[in-house]
Amino acid sequence: MELRVLLQAIVSGLLTGGVYALIGVGLNLIFGVMKIINFAHGSLLMLGMYSTYWLFTFFKIDPYLSLAITVPLLFLIGVIIQKVLINPIIEYPENNQLVLTMGVMLFLENLALFLWGPDFRTVKVSYVGTVLSLSIVRVNLLRFIAFAGGLLLALLLYIFLKKTDMGKAIRASSEEREGASVVGISVKRVHLISFGIGTACVGAAGTLMTPFFYLSPHVGHLFLLTAFMVVVMGGMGSFIGAIIGGFIIGLTESLGAVTLPGSLGQIIPFSLFVIILLFKPTGLFK
Amino acid sequence: MLLKANQIHVSYGKVKVLDGISLGIVQGELVTLLGPNGAGKSTLVKTLSGLLRSQKGTIEFDGRRVDEMEPDAIARLGLSHCTEGRSLFIDLTVADNLKLGAYMFKKDGNRVRSGLDRIYGLFPILRERAKQKAGTMSGGQQQMLAIGRALMAEPKLLILDEPSLGLAPLIIDKLFEIVKTINGEGMTVLLVEQNAFKSLEIADRGYVLESGKVVLSGSRSELYGHEDVRRAYLGI
Repeated sequence: MELRVLLQAIVSGLLTGGVYALIGVGLNLIFGVMKIINFAHGSLLMLGMYSTYWLFTFFKIDPYLSLAITVPLLFLIGVIIQKVLINPIIEYPENNQLVLTMGVMLFLENLALFLWGPDFRTVKVSYVGTVLSLSIVRVNLLRFIAFAGGLLLALLLYIFLKKTDMGKAIRASSEEREGASVVGISVKRVHLISFGIGTACVGAAGTLMTPFFYLSPHVGHLFLLTAFMVVVMGGMGSFIGAIIGGFIIGLTESLGAVTLPGSLGQIIPFSLFVIILLFKPTGLFK
Repeated sequence: MLLKANQIHVSYGKVKVLDGISLGIVQGELVTLLGPNGAGKSTLVKTLSGLLRSQKGTIEFDGRRVDEMEPDAIARLGLSHCTEGRSLFIDLTVADNLKLGAYMFKKDGNRVRSGLDRIYGLFPILRERAKQKAGTMSGGQQQMLAIGRALMAEPKLLILDEPSLGLAPLIIDKLFEIVKTINGEGMTVLLVEQNAFKSLEIADRGYVLESGKVVLSGSRSELYGHEDVRRAYLGI
């Protein structure tokens, strides 16, 4: 294989990895704090994308600027879903919770299908197609912004969790629900905020991808499986695991695509996933 | 009366764990809760602090009905529960654990800082290990951290659930000394213990629980003198 093709694939994989990392840390937060397997994660990404689409179509708001609206919007949607649907079943067996989040996924997808139809849509910004050249490698500007945005938001989340009082309360509640309650932390509130943040992360990822990825009511499916692979491979509950996992999946996907024909390339990330779990069933960083 | 529990009934599914328990704690007292394993002692204090809900009965803390309240709300009223098994945030540092103990007044930086100083004064080893992860400390140190964290909230009532569990005898002695000191400084304490001998040494009053019921209660001397207590719990 040509060096140029290989390098291009690596760059492409890293750029994708940045977005996967953001999706992953959001899902990781939800699982880490509430021990809930959020099957609706992909659909929430889809909602992020459609929000960006409508803001662009009706109000001509640039997708990247619309983050200022879509992030709080998705946060709010997450909080509402948590309060109304998930909180009542927080003490129930995991299987029941799983089925509920699956139900939310189905509802959101079909709602989108009903409201906006099955046709694929795209957002075309004026600067689409801008490409940066770094010696023999070409970097698509839109993908680069998504990568940078993804990492930036993940970094902000990291700082939030490490340094702020609420962040520490969230970390404390994920380890020790009882211990957090008896020091006066409202675990209910922590759950609301965590689900909100997790949703905001995946919604932001959707917004960042809208300029270069197509929209459809079912687009969430593509990313749901990836999100779970990222989080499980990195170790459920590990922030850094989600980040590294995101990049590993991004890279292996990209390398797979240039080494194997068609969609056979998917074998690379999936095989790596299985191999890693064989040796470290709890994930890389757990 | 700082804490008053009246006819508490708690069941885990079909299994009745607390069968009509009533007790009272007056400000400034050190009350001990004795009884064998499985008597319901931990269940009782979890119900008092709101971690569990009673199916029947009332609980009043500092004049307010708390039996329907969330545990964090009860903690904010001034009831600090140091749970059995400590419930420390093992991946967070000693200092972070203590600071989270004062979560309810996190906005008041000075109050948190002076609280930290106070706890470090009481348990100097914690100051030494302030930046260490809580999970890396010994059992005795962890227990001190747990008590320190509970004290950071400046509670009106401190509930200690089996603090001596798993600790070496020398550390246990030190622990009871500290509990006595804290109580001497005015803190109302409810001490749940299997180590009846040491608890009665420092307590003002006690309750004996068996199979979910209060079978005995009285002042320290009354319990010391009671034949059943001496036989069953003091080994005399």
